[in-house]
Amino acid sequence: MKVETMQQTKLTARNVDVYYGAKKAINNVSIDIDNGVVTAFIGPSGCGKSTFLRSLNRMNDTIADARVTGEILLDGENIYAPDMDPVALRARVGMVFQKPNPFPKSIYENIAYGPRIHGLAPSKADMDGIIESALTKAGLWDEVKDRLHDAGTALSGGQQQRLCIARAIAVSPEVILMDEPCSALDPIATARIEELIDELKDTYAIVIVTHSMQQAARVSQRTAFFHLGNLVEYGDTSQIFTTPREEKTKDYITGRYG
Amino acid sequence: MILTGVLLAVLGLGFVGWFAARGRARLLHTGRGSLHSMPSYHGWHVVLWIVIPALLAWAAWSAIMPGLVDGAVMADPAAAQLPADAMSRAAVVSEAKAIAQNPDQAAFNPLAQTLAEPVRAAHQRFGLIGALLVVIVALAGGGWAFTKVRANYPARTRVERAVMGVLLLASLMAILTTFGIVASLVFEAGMFFKDVSPIDFLLGTHWSPGSARGDNLGESFGAVPLFWGTIYIGAIIAMVVAIPLGLMSAVYLTQYATPTIRKWLKPVLEILAGIPTVVYGYFAALTVAPIFRDFAASLGMANPSTESALAAGVVMGVMIIPFVSSMADDALAAVPRAMSDGSLALGATKSETIKKVLLPAALPGIVAGVMLAISRAIGETMIVVMAAGAAANLSANPFASMTTVTYQIVQMLTGDQEFNSPKTLSAFALGLVLFIVTLVLNIIALRVVKRFREAYE
Repeated sequence: MKVETMQQTKLTARNVDVYYGAKKAINNVSIDIDNGVVTAFIGPSGCGKSTFLRSLNRMNDTIADARVTGEILLDGENIYAPDMDPVALRARVGMVFQKPNPFPKSIYENIAYGPRIHGLAPSKADMDGIIESALTKAGLWDEVKDRLHDAGTALSGGQQQRLCIARAIAVSPEVILMDEPCSALDPIATARIEELIDELKDTYAIVIVTHSMQQAARVSQRTAFFHLGNLVEYGDTSQIFTTPREEKTKDYITGRYG
Repeated sequence: MILTGVLLAVLGLGFVGWFAARGRARLLHTGRGSLHSMPSYHGWHVVLWIVIPALLAWAAWSAIMPGLVDGAVMADPAAAQLPADAMSRAAVVSEAKAIAQNPDQAAFNPLAQTLAEPVRAAHQRFGLIGALLVVIVALAGGGWAFTKVRANYPARTRVERAVMGVLLLASLMAILTTFGIVASLVFEAGMFFKDVSPIDFLLGTHWSPGSARGDNLGESFGAVPLFWGTIYIGAIIAMVVAIPLGLMSAVYLTQYATPTIRKWLKPVLEILAGIPTVVYGYFAALTVAPIFRDFAASLGMANPSTESALAAGVVMGVMIIPFVSSMADDALAAVPRAMSDGSLALGATKSETIKKVLLPAALPGIVAGVMLAISRAIGETMIVVMAAGAAANLSANPFASMTTVTYQIVQMLTGDQEFNSPKTLSAFALGLVLFIVTLVLNIIALRVVKRFREAYE
């Protein structure tokens, strides 16, 4: 399923299986994810797209009986190698969740959290700089610059999600994983996040899981279609949505099921 | 006595009434829909009409009967010899009553012996009248309800409503009892404050009820050393032990323990909460206190006391651990998983996540748990009775013997003092203060918990 590409490959998965206890949730998935583009994972509920996404930054480690086999390489380095520190990995591969989950702290502290634990800002001025730049990139600076010390949880849902994106950006990751980032948002807030994703793709490799095919078509350049734990088809978004090679993809795209 | 017997008779009547009414209703039952209520409901309807009015009549008669008996006794010719002074008069009458109950008892006052017979007679007479009254009321109620056994009579609705009434009464019982306790506390404390000014009581630093005399009452009932002892043992020493240990055990149990370890550790921890406090008390007095005493001696303290605030406080802290731990456990579990996920996804380690995200987010719940724990600790009695001592010391030395509010309450009420002496009454004033403090702590804690829950709904 390797796709001919001009961009440099950022993440490579080879023969990845994910199990929850005895249940196999992902079956033999191999995929290359490129820099500079947005890759969308689509598929019906329970197809394993979120599970696979969470194996890309080893968030599955936090689930007691989850197990990953196969290889996932970040810049050629196996992230499941014994000497790989999942904590260091997650600083390089950030994540934005389905429901906005700001910490019950101020806006400033929400963003300062990551840089502080990684020691990225030696002085207060450095920290202020990181905060302004992260909020600016997340398109939230103008809205919150006068109330950085208000509670992050007091923002609207869409603002909270952009705060979470800013929080992820603040630790300068190389990849940002987004797990249905707009499913809890209204259409206007969704449009803002989609614009933002488009701006961010030049700086970060972005992988987005979405249950909305329209969203995948709007924001992504690459689309991977998952079904029952299998990667059915992977290719340029325009090709997947116009001339899918697989019958199952076509059925899903045309709304036969999902 | 006869009145107790009549209650059994009423129950028997109810039994008969149930069968009679159900039997009659069954005769009316000719097919589906022919009766509004099933026959057993008619049975219960009659039972209720027999038992409830009879019980009310019984209660009413029990309330007025002593007055009637007294009246009858006073009308007796022998009563003419009673002393004119109200107090000695009451003493003779109450002795006569005791003899009437128990004829073998020797009479202290010969007049009481003479009066015993009229008392017994009056008891018998009015008891019989009361019994008859109760039976008549039961029969009347039952008879009236029995005439209502008709096809279209809504016995079911009536019975269900009565059941609801009974349930409501049951739930009011605890609340009414609380009000009763508060009322008695306030009343007795009021008596105490007639003798000793509340300011002397709340701000005085000298507590020696034993030496209290009419002219220096205010100086002997200064409760500050007691309050200090209570706070020092219950809210300071015990919490220094219970908060870190409880919190750390909650963090381990919720965050690190495997399900198997948790399955074993948690119930074991909860067993600590099931140990009777008196057992903790002698553990504190016999095992812990001597250790601390020897330790104090090795530090060079002259004549360290066996009873120490430290021993009582430490053991109390151990007792409170499961309490703090389970509240903190709940608070940590209430923090959404999304919080820790968000932190882990930023590359934070597990301990950073716990320290910087989970604990701050759970803080209100933890604080509430600690407040509930404090309110338990300051109301705790057995441990301090056995290990803290009786001396009202106003000292910051943890090895000193100290006393607490609860200990003094026990002390004041177990002496052979007259009930109306300020010494005895001071127990109620102390109880009132303790009650108010724990009530306030509980209210604040419950409010904090509630708000905290809402924040994550």
